[in-house]
Amino acid sequence: MSATAQAPTGRAEEVVRWREQYESYSASLPATEPEWLRALRAAGIAAFEEIGFPTLKHEDWRHTSVAPIARTRFARATAGAADPAVLDALTFGRAFAGHQLVFVNGRLAPDLSSAPMADGVHIRSLREVLDRQPQLVEPYLDRQAVGPGRPFTALNSAFLDDGAVVFVPAGKVLADPIHLVFFSAPGAAEPAASHPRVLVRVGRNSQAAVVESYGGTVGARYLTSEVTEVVLEDGAVLDHYRLQRESMDAFHVGALCVSQGRASRFTSHAVSLGAALSRVDIRQVFAGEGGECVLNGLFLGEDSQHTDFHTWVDHAQPHCSTRELYKGIVDDRARGVFVGKILVRPGAQKTDAIQTNKNLILSREALVDSLPQLEILNDDVKCKHGSTTGQLDPLALFYLRSRGIGEEAARALLTYAFASDVVQRIGVEAVRAGLTEQLQRRLPAAADIQEAVV
Amino acid sequence: MKDTLLAVKDLHASVGGNEILKGVDLEIRLGEVHAIMGPNGSGKSTLAHVLAGRPGYEVTRGQVLYKGRDLLAMPPEERAREGVFLAFQYPVEIAGVSNVYFLKAAVNALRKHRGEPELDAIDFLSMVKERAKVVDIDESLIKRAVNEGFSGGEKKRNEIFQMAVLDPTLAILDETDSGLDIDALRIVARGVNDLRSPERAMVLVTHYQRLLDYIVPDVVHVLVEGRIVKSGGKELALELEEKGYEWLGAPAGSR
Repeated sequence: MSATAQAPTGRAEEVVRWREQYESYSASLPATEPEWLRALRAAGIAAFEEIGFPTLKHEDWRHTSVAPIARTRFARATAGAADPAVLDALTFGRAFAGHQLVFVNGRLAPDLSSAPMADGVHIRSLREVLDRQPQLVEPYLDRQAVGPGRPFTALNSAFLDDGAVVFVPAGKVLADPIHLVFFSAPGAAEPAASHPRVLVRVGRNSQAAVVESYGGTVGARYLTSEVTEVVLEDGAVLDHYRLQRESMDAFHVGALCVSQGRASRFTSHAVSLGAALSRVDIRQVFAGEGGECVLNGLFLGEDSQHTDFHTWVDHAQPHCSTRELYKGIVDDRARGVFVGKILVRPGAQKTDAIQTNKNLILSREALVDSLPQLEILNDDVKCKHGSTTGQLDPLALFYLRSRGIGEEAARALLTYAFASDVVQRIGVEAVRAGLTEQLQRRLPAAADIQEAVV
Repeated sequence: MKDTLLAVKDLHASVGGNEILKGVDLEIRLGEVHAIMGPNGSGKSTLAHVLAGRPGYEVTRGQVLYKGRDLLAMPPEERAREGVFLAFQYPVEIAGVSNVYFLKAAVNALRKHRGEPELDAIDFLSMVKERAKVVDIDESLIKRAVNEGFSGGEKKRNEIFQMAVLDPTLAILDETDSGLDIDALRIVARGVNDLRSPERAMVLVTHYQRLLDYIVPDVVHVLVEGRIVKSGGKELALELEEKGYEWLGAPAGSR
């Protein structure tokens, strides 16, 4: 499809709107950009036009309506200023000052960022790399994330602009975690959309920890549609954290797409606390033998928040293991979705996979859809999955109360304890402590129970 | 003679619509140890849970006065803060909640209720270490999640340990002896005997005479079909061991 093609008749109004925005964005870009980059954006908008916004009839979107996103007129995010108090909370009091890139409305804020480049390690803004060394990222952009039926990823490609590049060369162990912060601040009157892209490549036998944080001005309405592409080379180790703490009125759509080389180890901690509507897809594939994948997830929903996690683990190679634990807590009228698929392909002998999803429902009107799925096309495997959804155990509540702990505190204690095993798995101390504090702030009677959790 | 601590009058209670307690009368004074015995299904555990305030255990008639106050009007946590303690027959496993800090929260809730200053971590831990000796409980167990992965004996010891820490005025032990081997039983009994005091009353709910070889009660009651049908001294327990419950009106085949 050429860039000037007319939208076919019957195309939804919102799709036309995004196409128009793409046209004006595309025209504003420097003519010096490489042809492949223009082609990548054009392919993105074309793919989006073909799919449009999904409805509940789409298999992957059966439990999540994106109608509120579709009908909102988002402007392209422009410059804005991060609210220092919110930014401070988002950055755990600047715990990672040494390795931190802060993006405001999708663009790098150099004055808030500091990431020294040394020993071949790249911690850079994608925009800067595209301007100076586009050939560095060409082999990685859109290689993991693109696939049929992924409208938000297609939009992210169409509006590709800035984001983060974290490249660690072979044989390098990074002692300090790298913090990537994406902050949305209201700019013009219209709600704005940003489409950041993150590329992570961890070289052979290297080790790194990357923390992605998403947040925004309290009460701001905006869309963050983010894509992260990760390549782990043979023997690489990556601890990845994805912390969604957007404004409670925001929309958040994210994709984390990972390819694991031979004997690599990938650990993901995905936490969703914010946003009115949040959808995160994690797609992983074992591209080599003997890899390990650990997926930990936690979400907390209240009021009428809608929080959706889709995970997909592809055992395409033998001797790989997956340990997946997702937990959700919903209160008020909140809704949660967990759809987790583990696919074991015919050649993937000795696959060892365990998937667990547990949900805690704190009110009559809250709801969780849980769909753990194992598809095993091989008989030499050790796999199991389980899902439980329920309320606080009344006997445990009585036990605590019978020792003198008040009812509200007992509820808070059991609720926090439910989440704590996911939190305790977080290896970066500042993240664990910061998240613990934030979870406790969301729960009543926190002061009484702070120390009581294992 | 000390004042009456607990006065149960004509207590009727139902669980899930079934009437289990059909008119229990019981009077307990400070310093006394009472044993409540009876066949399976006689309502022993129901009585223990009703006194502790378990939700869903509905009192349909009768009265319970504790220190002269209406016990049944208090929520479970208030009963605990007023000194009522129930050692559970089946202690609940609570993943993610640390035993020691849960106890600290409980102790401080009790102290706050009595208008005493809260204990800081150091004072609390030294108190805990001292009380742990009473039941010979391993310190590593104290730090683990509440009852999680504990053996049956460890769970029962943990109950007695909690009792030692919370220092109740009325301790109700619901079949603390069941499922224990003789060594664990001795340890638990020693713990209970150490905690006997003129400032405390205890109720031992038990199915077997065995526990009473180690803890000698002042009064023994026999509960049959929701009523106390006989009360007597410690020799009553021996008589029950010999003759069973049928001579007291329990249905044939009662155990």
